[in-house]
Amino acid sequence: MTRLMVNNFFEQLKRSVGVAKKDLRIYYKRGPVIIFGLIMPFFLFLSFFIGRNMPIERLFIGLLGMAIFFSSMSIGPAIIPFEASSRTLERLMSTPIAVWALFLGDVIASFLYGLLISIVPLIIGLVLGINIIQPLILSLGMVLAALCFSSFGILLSAYPPTDVPSTAMMISNLVKFPLVFISGVFIPISQMQDWGKIIASASFSPLTYFTDLVSYCTQETSYYSIPVDFIALIGFTLLFLTAAIKIHEKTLPKRLS
Amino acid sequence: MKTAIEVEGLTKSFGEIIAVNHINFEVKKDEIFGFLGPNGAGKTTTIRMLTGVLKPDEGKAIIMGHDILKEPLKAKQIISVVPEMANAYRDLTAWQNLMLMGELYGVPKEESRERAKFLLKEFGLYERRNQLARGFSKGMKQKLILCAALLTEPQVLFLDEPTAGLDVESARLIRDMIRQYNREGTTIFFSTHNMEEANRLCDRIAIINHGKIAAIDTPEKLRMKSTELKSVEVSFNKPVPIKELAEIPNVTNLKKIGDKIRLYTDEPHSVINSLTDYARRKKLTIISLNTLAPTLEDVFIKLVKEHRGD
Repeated sequence: MTRLMVNNFFEQLKRSVGVAKKDLRIYYKRGPVIIFGLIMPFFLFLSFFIGRNMPIERLFIGLLGMAIFFSSMSIGPAIIPFEASSRTLERLMSTPIAVWALFLGDVIASFLYGLLISIVPLIIGLVLGINIIQPLILSLGMVLAALCFSSFGILLSAYPPTDVPSTAMMISNLVKFPLVFISGVFIPISQMQDWGKIIASASFSPLTYFTDLVSYCTQETSYYSIPVDFIALIGFTLLFLTAAIKIHEKTLPKRLS
Repeated sequence: MKTAIEVEGLTKSFGEIIAVNHINFEVKKDEIFGFLGPNGAGKTTTIRMLTGVLKPDEGKAIIMGHDILKEPLKAKQIISVVPEMANAYRDLTAWQNLMLMGELYGVPKEESRERAKFLLKEFGLYERRNQLARGFSKGMKQKLILCAALLTEPQVLFLDEPTAGLDVESARLIRDMIRQYNREGTTIFFSTHNMEEANRLCDRIAIINHGKIAAIDTPEKLRMKSTELKSVEVSFNKPVPIKELAEIPNVTNLKKIGDKIRLYTDEPHSVINSLTDYARRKKLTIISLNTLAPTLEDVFIKLVKEHRGD
């Protein structure tokens, strides 16, 4: 019985990989993905940091945080609305893939895209002389963060069940932008000492824990302890993924009517 | 197992509208089962429930022994669907579309490749296998979707209006494929508006209207049940006043079709006698005289009207 369940699990996992391959082939070059995932955060970064005399390590934390956050969340919200509007969703839903496997496939695609894009600021940082003191922790942090933000992206496309991709992207941006400002991307959390409420809300943002990790890996200073950062990222990932699957399960049929 | 699909009390509502209302039917294994109904009758909703896309509010559907609600993955593994509003992935090539379907059904890669090659050749798409589906015509896309559905060698194939909007040649190719795969053992469940298509293809037909099954039988038996829809079609060498023909005993209705007049009756032989008497009296020559059994379209319209309470 257990063996059969394990076999079924791996069989479904293979199907997730099939979905991820399809997503990467189709969605990475879509307009909304490029605009909201790459161009907009890049200019937001430039507009905030240019002209301010900041240490390069601080710039690196901001750039890496923005890159991984926006790129990992760029494909996810677009997939299901695109599938619904291009009339491929019904066929997908009639195939023998479990709902969790279907969305895990979407998460894998977003994760790989986010991870790949965030290698660019990492290389830029290294070229500019950033010293990565804890490369292993940074690598693990990037993997976890990309997974966490990808799951978040999939969750943000779950409701409302729209088949208009730009609506889903707009809703996801409504959530993403405030989070960027409270998560230590532009201002380190340690400097928000007097802003008790903001710090309290920052702890509800998964991005906070990633920027804290990057800060530790490059400057050896962090607001939270490293285990807390890791546990928070894992916790948020599980929460987002479970919520995304549950909500999508309920809203999927509504996208067909 | 003799039954491929068993449906019991299947019901689905959208708000206050009951799209499918406690329907019951069975589809035998190796059968081509037609599902006919006017727009909005509940055909697509039924197919979506049978294929696990929509959850019914009530009732159950068993596909080859697997309850679609309790064992959705097992049921979906042995079926394939060509949905009415389906599209292939426009940004994938024909080949990639088929490989994706193989992956989603867990078909081993080598088998997927062989079947894809065979099917694309069968449907005349092999030369264009590396082109993105966005450049395909509607007919080519429909063939590609059918290829994707057949790649998994389903035991039951659901087709929702598979030939709607296609040119004559593509529609014929798809009908031929349906026949061929049915001969090879695939049970076919398909919805259509095309009565002639249903008449030629189906072993049995269900007519659905306002979410309820109005009739289920073989096309021939459905036609024979509607005795009052028998007719006599006549044409004379000169035009005749239609009013005079309406007075012939046992004629229930009549219709002018081109240069012919169709007289509906449940007593064709008596109408034929009356028509020959009429021709003799009026010094007319009968050019043609045929007795006609009701067409499936006649039966369909009658059943739909009866169901509506007209």
